[in-house]
Amino acid sequence: MLPEIGLNHYLIISAILFSLGLFGVMTRKNAVVVLMGVELILNAANINLLAFGKYNGSMQGIMFSLFVIVLAAAEAAVALAIIINIYNTFKTVDLSEVDTMKE
Amino acid sequence: MFQQPSESEIQEIITALTQAVPAFLPEIAISVLFLVVLMVDVFNLKNNKLLLPVVSIIGFVITLFLVVGQHSLPHEEIFLGMYAVDPFAIFFKYLFLASGILAVLISMDSNEITYPEGRSIGEYYALIVAMVLGMFLMASSTDLVMMLVAVEMVSITSYILAGYNKTSVQSSEAALKYVIYGSVSTGFMIYGFSILYGLTGQTNIFEIQAFLQQNDVDSLTLMLSALLILGGFGYKVGFVPFHFWSPDVYEGAPTPITAYLSVGSKAAGFAILMRFFRVAIPLDESASYESFLTLDWVTILAAVSVASMVLGNVVAIWQSNVKRLLAYSSIAHAGYILLGVLVADDLGTQATLFYLAAYTIMNVGVFYVVILISNQIGSENVEDYRGLGKRMPLAAASLTIFLVSLVGLPPTVGFIGKLMIFSALLNKGVVFIWLAVIGVLTSVVSLYYYFKIPLYMYLKEPDGVEEDRDFEVGVLANSLVAFLMIVTVVFGLYFTPLSALAKESVYILGSFLQ
Repeated sequence: MLPEIGLNHYLIISAILFSLGLFGVMTRKNAVVVLMGVELILNAANINLLAFGKYNGSMQGIMFSLFVIVLAAAEAAVALAIIINIYNTFKTVDLSEVDTMKE
Repeated sequence: MFQQPSESEIQEIITALTQAVPAFLPEIAISVLFLVVLMVDVFNLKNNKLLLPVVSIIGFVITLFLVVGQHSLPHEEIFLGMYAVDPFAIFFKYLFLASGILAVLISMDSNEITYPEGRSIGEYYALIVAMVLGMFLMASSTDLVMMLVAVEMVSITSYILAGYNKTSVQSSEAALKYVIYGSVSTGFMIYGFSILYGLTGQTNIFEIQAFLQQNDVDSLTLMLSALLILGGFGYKVGFVPFHFWSPDVYEGAPTPITAYLSVGSKAAGFAILMRFFRVAIPLDESASYESFLTLDWVTILAAVSVASMVLGNVVAIWQSNVKRLLAYSSIAHAGYILLGVLVADDLGTQATLFYLAAYTIMNVGVFYVVILISNQIGSENVEDYRGLGKRMPLAAASLTIFLVSLVGLPPTVGFIGKLMIFSALLNKGVVFIWLAVIGVLTSVVSLYYYFKIPLYMYLKEPDGVEEDRDFEVGVLANSLVAFLMIVTVVFGLYFTPLSALAKESVYILGSFLQ
């Protein structure tokens, strides 16, 4: 028999997703993959909000996660535009090669 | 699971929203201004370069009058607890309007903000206006959702502005680094918000405060969420260890935008940080959650502030690019301002507000002179500044005054700002004295690298044969530089009006620390 899915299960999934996102951000060099890591972090927060909202019984968590989704989309749009511009000027999206400024 | 609101409840909500509109007039004016600037750009077929800046400045001045009118409003939360109208927010609105006007003025003179052949400049000024709106929201939001929207609004516009020179390699790189560090920090902040919501079941910071005072929550989890949220605010403010973006972004972004980010979005970061930590996670010895006090946010902010002052001032010594040097200097100044924040009483808040206003004046001044010099010699390297003292006398003299003010020497506004912060620290007690000592010592270090710039301008002769001509900077540019210099000195000698305004503005709605 499987145990019933409770709040902790959601929180563990969310913590794993957050860690995976952070790992991706810190280890990957491709700018697009780094952005995917950021999306994982945001979605980890969304899972948290929805789970807390469900067990709390209030609308606030759901509203909050809607705002997070919308802002994540806006941020991704701007970030992708900037990455396209980087590709046009540098002919690469490798973050370790986009490094013209040094102290 | 959720109940539909009844007819009368909906009516109540609508009444609450419409009644709050008079308190929201400055924000509405800025939103209208944003649309107007966009539309004027569309119909500006002859590419008149003066039209957009003039429209923006007129709009900012109209908003300024609306903000003045807010002093008479009752200090309360509007829009069902989403938004606060209090003296603290009004002070920051003045500050953001001033930095917006200055950003528009210094953009007009910059060679970096170029008009592409036969095309308009596009959304540049509209984005500056939008960022002012975002900063207004940051200073006044009292709900986690609203805070998130405000922070993202400022962030997304500043990503675009940092990369506005699409053809410039450095500007594109600056935008990329800004967007990556920024979105990761914002992700941390949202995760922190979600944990805080889980702990308290509330998104309104007044209700979070009430919940934390009445209930025991797991102190470790609360600390974790506070640290994650500090990460999000800290990247806007630019203190250690969330400073990695700032040298590259400051160097690569167009200089007017660098100036704008260093005063506007930094001040907005401090506004939201102070409101959040003073209200949502209050610090009170008599509260029931004493276990939390073992590692409170004041201790964390003290460590962060010391790290910022030391790292910013020490690393700046080796910089030869002036914009990069000023980036490290702005990290150091974030450290000084944090000293005022962590005092967390009225005197400390007054000192913080005063210092932020002083920093706005002197830092915009420095960057403006850097723009004027770079327009003439096409370089931001300090070694190319040789002999400028003779060729641009007014600009060089004002730059020296601004740098004296950044070091914190009399008779400038920077001196009064540092004096107020250190006296607030000493007033608080023995524990804080060593923080003030570190602040003074690192200021001494900063003397070295700030004065490298006047050294090259006045004492080193240009090498090689150069044509001997004076640089013409124009009457408008000269008068703006002179104005900023005079303000820097006048507020250094006669600082009572500014410090009185800061003293009146210390009241943060819902904060019980005095």
